[in-house]
Amino acid sequence: MSKKDQGIAFNLVSRQKLDEFTSEEKLKFILKEVKNGKILVLEHGLTPIEQANLIERTMKEIEQDTFIGVEMEGYGQDNPTFLQKLFGLNKKPRITLIGPANLLKMVKKDNNMIQTKIIPGSGAN
Amino acid sequence: MGIFGKNLSSILQKIFGKKHVKIGIYGPPNVGKTTLANRILRDWTGDIMGSVSEVPHETRRAKWKKDVRVENGKSSLVMDIVDTPGISTKIDFKEFMNTWGLTKDEARRRAKEATEGVIESIKWLEGVDGVLLVMDSTQDPFTQVNVTILGNLEARDLPVLIAANKIDVEESSPATLKSAFPQHPVVPISALTGYNADTLYTTMVKHFSKKRKKKRR
Repeated sequence: MSKKDQGIAFNLVSRQKLDEFTSEEKLKFILKEVKNGKILVLEHGLTPIEQANLIERTMKEIEQDTFIGVEMEGYGQDNPTFLQKLFGLNKKPRITLIGPANLLKMVKKDNNMIQTKIIPGSGAN
Repeated sequence: MGIFGKNLSSILQKIFGKKHVKIGIYGPPNVGKTTLANRILRDWTGDIMGSVSEVPHETRRAKWKKDVRVENGKSSLVMDIVDTPGISTKIDFKEFMNTWGLTKDEARRRAKEATEGVIESIKWLEGVDGVLLVMDSTQDPFTQVNVTILGNLEARDLPVLIAANKIDVEESSPATLKSAFPQHPVVPISALTGYNADTLYTTMVKHFSKKRKKKRR
């Protein structure tokens, strides 16, 4: 079966799966999947520090003819409740969409909706 | 400076606030970071920071100017100003060719240098005391780059001042930026014409000299 016939993989990654990873493992996993042309919906997104690390790693991995970077969109973090603050828990990252930039295109984002388009036939590999 | 001097300086800073800070000028590509850096430097030192261009990623290495004294009435703040390359999650050399007419070699070189510039910008986040985040007030403010930069600064408890740039352009909407990020001061400005620069300087001196605890990650 050709790559085109296989379609575009669109994977929802559960909070449990993401929680099993260390920060380092999580970024490695995401980048590997995205470089393979997969689009990921992370139930539990990345912290701002992880987002910056992901951008930094992405820049190091760019291959001009095959991988031009990532498209990443998500919502800011939930504010912690009073009890969470009391126990020193940080804000929690929310749902995030990440895919290869040559496949996934951001259309519009506001407080209620993230609109994207997938342009088929131009996968990363 | 001896131990006593260092402690004294720290005590004075706690009482009176900061007098010397390192400020990073951050934002996505093509929002006018270097134009703003040039405006600040021209107004306070008579110098400029670097060249500007319509082609994205013109600044591909961080540039800085030390000891820029910005005054606000009787108070003032000395700043080391760092003009950082635009942060982006993707860099496509073909865009430089198709949109901006660069040759293939030029486009590839620019793209390669731009990736290095993004890495350098992110590394500088660790070393600044505050950030002047430049946004294009004609564009959607909810970009991932803006959200990521703001999130990092909030996590580190660093002060951020948003410069809503390009208000000389008819379709600009600085009010959208203000409502998008109500937790941070937003100053509408035209770095190109200098419109409202005085308000920006006043806000910079007040905001960046505030006492605060700094978290490091």
